[in-house]
Amino acid sequence: MSTDTLAAAIPALPSVDLTAHAADLFNIDAALTEEERAIRDTVRAWVNEKVLPIIGQCYVDGRFPKELIPEMAEMGLLGSSLPEEYGCAGLSSVAYGLIMQELERGDSGIRSFASVQGALVMYPIYAFGSEEQRRTYLPRLAKGEYIGCFGLTEPDFGSNPSGMITRARQQADGSWILNGAKMWITNGSMADIAIIWAKTGDADDDKSIRGFIVHTDTPGFTAKDQKGKLSLRASDTSELVLQDVHVSANALLPNSGGLKSPLMCLTQARYGISWGVLGAAMACFEEAVSYAKNRVMFDRPIGGFQIQQVRLADMLTELVKGQLVSLHLGRLKDAGNFTPVQVSLAKRNNVHIATEAARETRRLLGGNGILAEYAAMRHMANLESVYTYEGTHDVHSLILGQAITGLNAFK
Amino acid sequence: MKIAVCIKRVPVMEVKFAITADGSRYEETGLKYDINDFDLWAIEAALQLKEKAGAGSVHVVCLGPNAAQEQIRKAMAMGADSGTLLETDARVYDGLAVARALAAELKDGGYDLVLFGRVAIDSMNQMTGPMVAELLGLPVVTNVFKLDIGGATGRAERVLEGASEVVEFPLPAVLTIDDGLNKERLPSLKGIMAAKKKPLDVKPAALGEQAVVARSMALPPERAAGRIVGEGADAVPELVRLLQTEAKVL
Repeated sequence: MSTDTLAAAIPALPSVDLTAHAADLFNIDAALTEEERAIRDTVRAWVNEKVLPIIGQCYVDGRFPKELIPEMAEMGLLGSSLPEEYGCAGLSSVAYGLIMQELERGDSGIRSFASVQGALVMYPIYAFGSEEQRRTYLPRLAKGEYIGCFGLTEPDFGSNPSGMITRARQQADGSWILNGAKMWITNGSMADIAIIWAKTGDADDDKSIRGFIVHTDTPGFTAKDQKGKLSLRASDTSELVLQDVHVSANALLPNSGGLKSPLMCLTQARYGISWGVLGAAMACFEEAVSYAKNRVMFDRPIGGFQIQQVRLADMLTELVKGQLVSLHLGRLKDAGNFTPVQVSLAKRNNVHIATEAARETRRLLGGNGILAEYAAMRHMANLESVYTYEGTHDVHSLILGQAITGLNAFK
Repeated sequence: MKIAVCIKRVPVMEVKFAITADGSRYEETGLKYDINDFDLWAIEAALQLKEKAGAGSVHVVCLGPNAAQEQIRKAMAMGADSGTLLETDARVYDGLAVARALAAELKDGGYDLVLFGRVAIDSMNQMTGPMVAELLGLPVVTNVFKLDIGGATGRAERVLEGASEVVEFPLPAVLTIDDGLNKERLPSLKGIMAAKKKPLDVKPAALGEQAVVARSMALPPERAAGRIVGEGADAVPELVRLLQTEAKVL
């Protein structure tokens, strides 16, 4: 975009209601392409129409709205940045990010479903799979005919995946037998296929980690729904157990090798999360603004009190900063010039500011803020998971710390 | 079946409008734009007719500023095959001038149907469709909320005040589409990407002389805040009195 176009597109906003601009005070819209705006708007319209009316009840019921999957697939939301020749939409990273943002404006559970399907199942098949695996799985995953999950984390190895216990032993005929357990697996119970990461060598050899495409109906594979969640309730989270799961030689993702492979997947997913949580933050900000202008206490709208104005000013400021970080990161990614450390900064910052925005909105809403009728507390509880998964806030601090100092604080 | 749909770029109505200092027009700064709602239903109707026929084409025509290409691309993302922008920077208040420019563009197109939205939600004139029909010498059916095309004839139901009317008409014809015929589809991501590659022709709008110009615009006065006269049954006599004497509605 030329400087002229951008300058011409920036409105002075003299007479326009800020809220009508969905908090676009810095006219970030002008820095998006026409296609990117169109994609964002179409997903936004879909979320308004299909997700928002049902999601509060889904959350209360602890149910992922599976009935939305065919429509998400039909629109092209699954694996949308992968090439068209595999039945995907071939979108830019920024467009992909905007999709995540709009889905999470609805609910983190909906965005998590799409993140896992796209970045953690389709991406590794695309990046590490054989051409035959790509052609077999990617179009079906894009159409939602197959649901996928990603098995890396284990009960005792979350932030430290290199310690994983799950093993794959190759048999004389080239086939593999997998044993182990995986935990906190999004889409686990409804998945048709699982990308399972396992060591093919010794217990301390994280270079021997390889990825496998395991069909969930293979004997010995079981998934158990995680009970008692107080967060991401509109999402399928499960524990996987693999007991002598026998898969053929071509279940192996041939180009996967070492812990680096699953970490590359996580970089993709974390990038999407950095955008996604902005959607949750926007939803909260809009709810907070609307409530502050309409709720009357002491004879005037509570938005007229300084304490609420500080809340709103802080939220908007952090939101704008987060948007600029993600947009710039997306442009870097599309230019093929982005690093995992940049992604760590964006994920860490944006999830943090979104969590704060949700919490402050819940407080601004007073007693009403604890109800499922409003979005704030649902987002607030969801974001505690997002804060924790895909590299906890603390782990990303250490990644940044190591990048800054050159000193490893992990061990 | 060859169908043309005429669409208008209109401001999204959720924003707060302001009038320029000289009072001649609304302030454009900061507005967002979209396709007129009724025109979206006209596009949807055209796409459904094409899909049902299994063949044909949907061509979109828009008269507006250069930026209206975005609305034509959206129609293409929904599934329209091609588009023409009749470009003008002027704000046109003369419906006949618009109709003449559109008719000139449409007359040699060989369309079986030309669809319009019933009304543009910004100008509210409801005149362009019927005027274009008149200029093209074609039958026009307005306010269509049910539609059935079979061979060379069509059957439509029209909205009347408190009733409806069934009409038949020969093709080619001009229809204006009302609420209730359909619900427009959302563009798919592949549709949005494919739209970039579809042909979009931009040419100056032949508007000619305009007989109608807008002299001034004003927003309605702000409504005064409501008043609570009391609570419960005790407040009823006072409420009735005010409704009779002040509001004069009883």
